[in-house]
Amino acid sequence: MNTNPNNESWLYEISAKRKVIDLNFKEIWQYRDLLMLFVKRDIVTVYKQTVLGPLWFFIQPLFTSVIFTLVFNSIAKIETGLVPAFLFNLSGITAWNYFKVCLMGTSSTFRANAGLFGKVYFPRFIVPLSKVISNLVKFGIQMTILAGFYIYYISTGADIALSGYTLLFPVFLLLMILYGLGAGMIISTLTTKYRDISLLLTFFVQLLMYVSAVPYPMKALTNSSYGWVVAYNPLAYIMEGFRFILFNDGSLYFDSLRILFIALGGVVLFIVGLALFNRTEKTFIDTV
Amino acid sequence: MSKTILKAENISKQYRLGLVGTGSLMHDVNRWWHRIRGKEDPYLKVGAVNDRSAKATEEYVWALKDINFEVQEGEVLGIIGKNGAGKSTLLKLLSRVTSPTTGTIKSRGRIASLLEVGTGFHPELTGRENIYLNGAILGMTKAEIDAKVDEIIEFSGCEMYIDTPTKRYSSGMTVRLGFAVAAHLEPDILVVDEVLAVGDAEFQKKAIGKMQDISSGEGRTVLFVSHNMVSVQSLCTRAIVLVNGKVDFEGSTANAIQEYLKEATTDGYSSKLFLDKSNTVKNKGVELLSAQITNGEPDKADDPIRIDTKILMQCEILVNDYNRKINIGFQFLDDSGNILFTSHTRNAARDHLNSKGNGKLLFKGIVPEKLFNEGEFYVNIFVVEDSSDVLIKLTDRMKFTVIPMAKKFGERMGKSVGVFKTDFEWMVQIP
Repeated sequence: MNTNPNNESWLYEISAKRKVIDLNFKEIWQYRDLLMLFVKRDIVTVYKQTVLGPLWFFIQPLFTSVIFTLVFNSIAKIETGLVPAFLFNLSGITAWNYFKVCLMGTSSTFRANAGLFGKVYFPRFIVPLSKVISNLVKFGIQMTILAGFYIYYISTGADIALSGYTLLFPVFLLLMILYGLGAGMIISTLTTKYRDISLLLTFFVQLLMYVSAVPYPMKALTNSSYGWVVAYNPLAYIMEGFRFILFNDGSLYFDSLRILFIALGGVVLFIVGLALFNRTEKTFIDTV
Repeated sequence: MSKTILKAENISKQYRLGLVGTGSLMHDVNRWWHRIRGKEDPYLKVGAVNDRSAKATEEYVWALKDINFEVQEGEVLGIIGKNGAGKSTLLKLLSRVTSPTTGTIKSRGRIASLLEVGTGFHPELTGRENIYLNGAILGMTKAEIDAKVDEIIEFSGCEMYIDTPTKRYSSGMTVRLGFAVAAHLEPDILVVDEVLAVGDAEFQKKAIGKMQDISSGEGRTVLFVSHNMVSVQSLCTRAIVLVNGKVDFEGSTANAIQEYLKEATTDGYSSKLFLDKSNTVKNKGVELLSAQITNGEPDKADDPIRIDTKILMQCEILVNDYNRKINIGFQFLDDSGNILFTSHTRNAARDHLNSKGNGKLLFKGIVPEKLFNEGEFYVNIFVVEDSSDVLIKLTDRMKFTVIPMAKKFGERMGKSVGVFKTDFEWMVQIP
C-alpha cells in the first residue's frame, strides 16, 4: 500500500467533479479504431440486404430534387438565376441533407445508444464524431452525382463555372459540421431527461429547411414581409454561400465579414454543445 | 509488496425514486438556484437507506453510501450482496458508465467492464465484423483484435457461421461469440458481472476455466460480482459484502460468504428458522419453535457449510406431554425441488424421555461430511406422531448452501456434476 502521498500517480479518477470542456484528444485517438468501425457499421448496414445497395444514396436526393423542381420552379415559378433549376435544387438538397443528418444523428446520440452507454465506457464523443464522418462519406458519394449533372449542364451551355471561391468548399463543409454537431449535441442533452424535444425535432428541422434558403435563392425573399426570418438565419447564408462557390452566381450576401460572423457563431454553438454534452455524458444513464 | 491499483474513497450514489416528471423539473430548477448562489445541493442532505422492501418515505434514495475499499494488483475481489444491495451500481461506477454523486474512484490501470456479453453487436453484421466492433467497444485496438481473431473464433466454437450475419445466430451462439471476445480482453483491471451463467454446460465449463486462467494464471486484477457463492468461493481471494448500499463486511472470501449467508433471507428462505408468537406453527399440542441447519464441526457452528464439513440438523419443539411418541423428519431437496432423501428420528434412542411432564424437546442430528456436493439445498421439516400421523409439515422455508472445499490455485476448478459428492472406495485388481 502506498503511504507516500507523492507516489500516488493515478491513471485517472472518477468523481462527481467535472471540467466544463472535457475533450480528451489522446483518449479519442486511442479509440480511433472504434471510430472507424462505427463509421463502417453506419455505412455498411444501411444497404445490407437491399438489391440496389449503395445506389440508394443517389436515389433520395435525385427524387427530392425532381419534386422540388416541379413544385417550386415549374409551378411556383421561383427564379434560380443562371443556375438550371434542377442543379440548383440538387446542390441545395445535398448540402442541406448533410447538415440535417449531422444534426439528427447527433441529437439521438444518448437515447439511441443508451443500452451501449449503460454497459461500457468509451469516449462518448466518438458517437457524434462517427455520425459526422460516415455521413461525410455519403455526402461525398452524393457530390459525385452533383458533379455529373454539373458537367452535363455545362456541356448543354449553362452559364455556370467554378471560381476561386470554390476553394472555400472545405470552409462551408466545416460550417455545416459545426452547426449540425453543435445544435445536435445541445438537443441530445436536452432529450435525455425530457423527451418532448425529440418529438418536436423532425417537425422543426423540416420547417428550418424552408427558412434556410434551400429550395429558393435568398433574394427571392428580400422584399417579403417574412424576409427577416431568413436574413437572421446563419444556415441560409451557408446554403446560399455553398451554391455561390459552386456556381459563381447569386452573390448577393457573400462577403468575408459575414462569413466570419457565421463561423464565430458556429464555433460558439459547438463549444456550448460540447460543454453540455460533457456535463450530460457523466450521468445521463441515470435519467434517460 | 503489492500495489494498490484501484481505490474507492467515500463513494455514494443517489437516485431519485419514482418517475421523471414536472416534480423533477422543479427540483432541477431548485438545485440550479442553489448552485448559482454557491450553496450545497439541497437534495444531497436527504435520502433514504437503500432497503428495497421498506416503504418509500422520501423522494431520494442512496443506492450506495460511503463505500471505501482498495484493490491490490493481481487480486480477485468478490462483491456479494442481495438483489438491490448496490452491486450493479458499484460496477457501473467502476466501469465509468455513470459517475458517483460524491466521492472518488482512483485507478492506476485501464478498466474493462464486462457487464453484459455481446455489447453493441449489430444484427446485420457478420460474426467476424461483430468481433471487431465488440472488441473495439471493449477497448481493444484493431491490431490487437487482428492478432487474436482466430483464437476468438475457435474459442466461440462458431466457425461455420462466422461470415453469417449475427441475426441468424441462435441466442446461445451470440452469447458464445460475445463471451469469446470478452475473454480475450487484456485490461489491467477486469470488472465482471454475473455473466458466467450463460450458454450450455460445455460452454459454462469453458467460461469458468477461462475466468480462472485470467485471474490466477495471468495475474490480472479482477472485480467479480455474483450471487453464486460457489463461483465466488472458487474465484475470489477476498470479498466485500454489500448490505443496503453499505459495505457490511470486508475480508477473506470464506468469512464474507458466511456473513452474506447470514443476511441472505431475501426470498423467505433461511438456514436458521426461529418461530415466535407471530408466526407460530402448532397442531394438537405440539409447537415448532426453531429449526436450523448449520456447520456441524465442533465450535464452528457459525462457519459456512463446506463439502468436507459435517452438517448439524437441529429442531426444537414444545410438547404438551413428554410421553407422546413424537418424531422429527428432515427432508432434503435439490434446487429443482426433487426429493433427495429424508432423515428422521424414528430409530433414535429415547428411553430416558419416559418422564411425565411437558416442555421443550431438542432434536439434533448430524449429516456426515462429503455427502452433499456444492450447491443450494432446500429442507422440509416434518413433525410426526406414532410414525404415521403428520402433525406439522413445514415447507418452502429452509434452504442452505454448501460451498466447495478450500482449493489452491491451479487445482481443477468448476463444479462436478451431481447432487452428492461422496468418496467411494474403488480398487482394480487382476483376479
